Amino acid sequence: MSVASETQTSARDLRAKYLNGETTAREVALAHLQRIKEVEPRTHAFLTVLDEEDVVTQAQAADQRLENGTASALTGVPFLIKDNISTEGVRTTAASRILDGYVPPFDATVVSRLKEAGAIILGKGNLDEFAMGSSNENSAFTPVVNPWGENRVPGGSSGGAAAAVAAGEAVIALGSDTGGSIRQPASLCGVVGFKPTYGTVSRFGLIAFGSSLDQIGPIARTVADCADTVNTIAGLDPLDSTSLDHKLDFAEYLNRDIDGMRIGVPREYIVDGIEPGVRAAFEKCLTVLEGLGAIVEETSLPLTDHALAVYYIIAPSEASANLSRFDGVKYGMSVDGEPNARESIEATRGSGFGPDAKPRILIGTYALSAGYYDAYYKKAQQVRTLIRREFHDAFQKFDVIATPTSPTVAFELGEKTQDPFQMYLSDVCTIPVNIAGLPGISVPCGLSEELPVGLQILAPQLGDRTALQVAHAYEQSANWNLTPPEPCTD
Amino acid sequence: MNSEILSVDDVKHIARLAALRIDDEEVQTMRRQLSDILAHFQTLAELDTEGVPPTGHTTDAHSVMRDDEDMPALERDRTLANAPFVDGEFVRVRPVIE
Repeated sequence: MSVASETQTSARDLRAKYLNGETTAREVALAHLQRIKEVEPRTHAFLTVLDEEDVVTQAQAADQRLENGTASALTGVPFLIKDNISTEGVRTTAASRILDGYVPPFDATVVSRLKEAGAIILGKGNLDEFAMGSSNENSAFTPVVNPWGENRVPGGSSGGAAAAVAAGEAVIALGSDTGGSIRQPASLCGVVGFKPTYGTVSRFGLIAFGSSLDQIGPIARTVADCADTVNTIAGLDPLDSTSLDHKLDFAEYLNRDIDGMRIGVPREYIVDGIEPGVRAAFEKCLTVLEGLGAIVEETSLPLTDHALAVYYIIAPSEASANLSRFDGVKYGMSVDGEPNARESIEATRGSGFGPDAKPRILIGTYALSAGYYDAYYKKAQQVRTLIRREFHDAFQKFDVIATPTSPTVAFELGEKTQDPFQMYLSDVCTIPVNIAGLPGISVPCGLSEELPVGLQILAPQLGDRTALQVAHAYEQSANWNLTPPEPCTD
Repeated sequence: MNSEILSVDDVKHIARLAALRIDDEEVQTMRRQLSDILAHFQTLAELDTEGVPPTGHTTDAHSVMRDDEDMPALERDRTLANAPFVDGEFVRVRPVIE
């Protein structure tokens, strides 16, 4: 088999090939390392690639399980792990200089569960520093380049995860989604990204950004691979007090049709800045859904316009508290030579945090400070309640809500870095989902100007299976199966 | 355009609260960026939230307490392995009280 056929595959197809003896986990793992070697000089999707010896050891263990009948759905499937998810013995940077040299002494729960399932971990994925960003340009190391165009961003913050899957460097990636960080890069890179209901997947070992918003989830080539991954990593975890004791079978509804399904399309998500090509692709996919028997109706979620402001108060507030742990004392970089503890902490944080983390820390600190708390943080939390109620009411009428994932296709590197607000608008369609703790999935729905467009499906809390069902039905019918036009090698 | 919302001294004060050292140039950049963002936040004032309870998190999970049982913790040497400055079995820090 060629490297391409072993690296541009879904996990379910791979499993079939393993079981009928067409290939082995060892061969597939080596093909991925080869692919990484070829395309990394351009994509920069990985911050750390594990040694060949380590990868082969994992693959051989997977082959044994495939042989002796103890394999699971993910045994022998090559994964990338976003680098804000802790991996024992493998450096974990969150793409920040302040974590320079940090090697976690434990695995995140999701990583332990992948290892138990026999998945192969290839390495750690590039991201915006502490997952704060929408383009991956905030990585302290190097920006990621979208495999669809050498001057295009992959989206963010899980840009390395999405780019790696699109470029055939990994079959599945684990990302994290605080305001769209799984779905928006998946959209911009032409792959599938799924953010489950808040609390369904343990956050233990995820370097926290906005604790009431953060959720780990998969980026993959197919909806079914997303469902299989979440089946492996979800479930109650005594180490995360927000994890829910609710074990759904995420793949349960995949083969159900969507005849009679009620789909709401909120007009506020067709924002002013939406690109005509994105709008056209989105409208076309509504026609496909109707063709499958769904009842598509326009609706209104008027508070959508306020979601961005709510998010940009709550997320930085929580971030300012979470990032206070980085003080150069317990781990990470430390500036020496200051006269006292206070000065050395200030100096460490001043040189360790990057130019996008700093304003967020300051905004959050300000919003939580005496005299401003009621006007900002409390007000935002109250509007958050109103947004939740609005979604709740909408889901009385509709089974799911359909929107574009992002108002634009992948933009150019450097295009939005000078204007944080323009950058924030890139997440305008994904943020409300995190505010309300809903599940959301982005699935490829065509091309505009030869760049991928994403369809986003939202469901009520714990309605994950329905979101996956609709996304899967669309995916099977439209059959885009997008592969970048081999731009990745020099 | 909204640079009047925060003064230079405001930004320095916030940075001090956040234990974040920023230089004079950064103070100017932050003042501009933060003021623009805060101006956008004013749109929330239009909404009537009288009597609306705040949402801290979105699921029904409430205080989750485990049984108070002894469990193994991370060993000391692995805990200290990442500390930049270690002195025997302690983490070394600069003087807190001078």
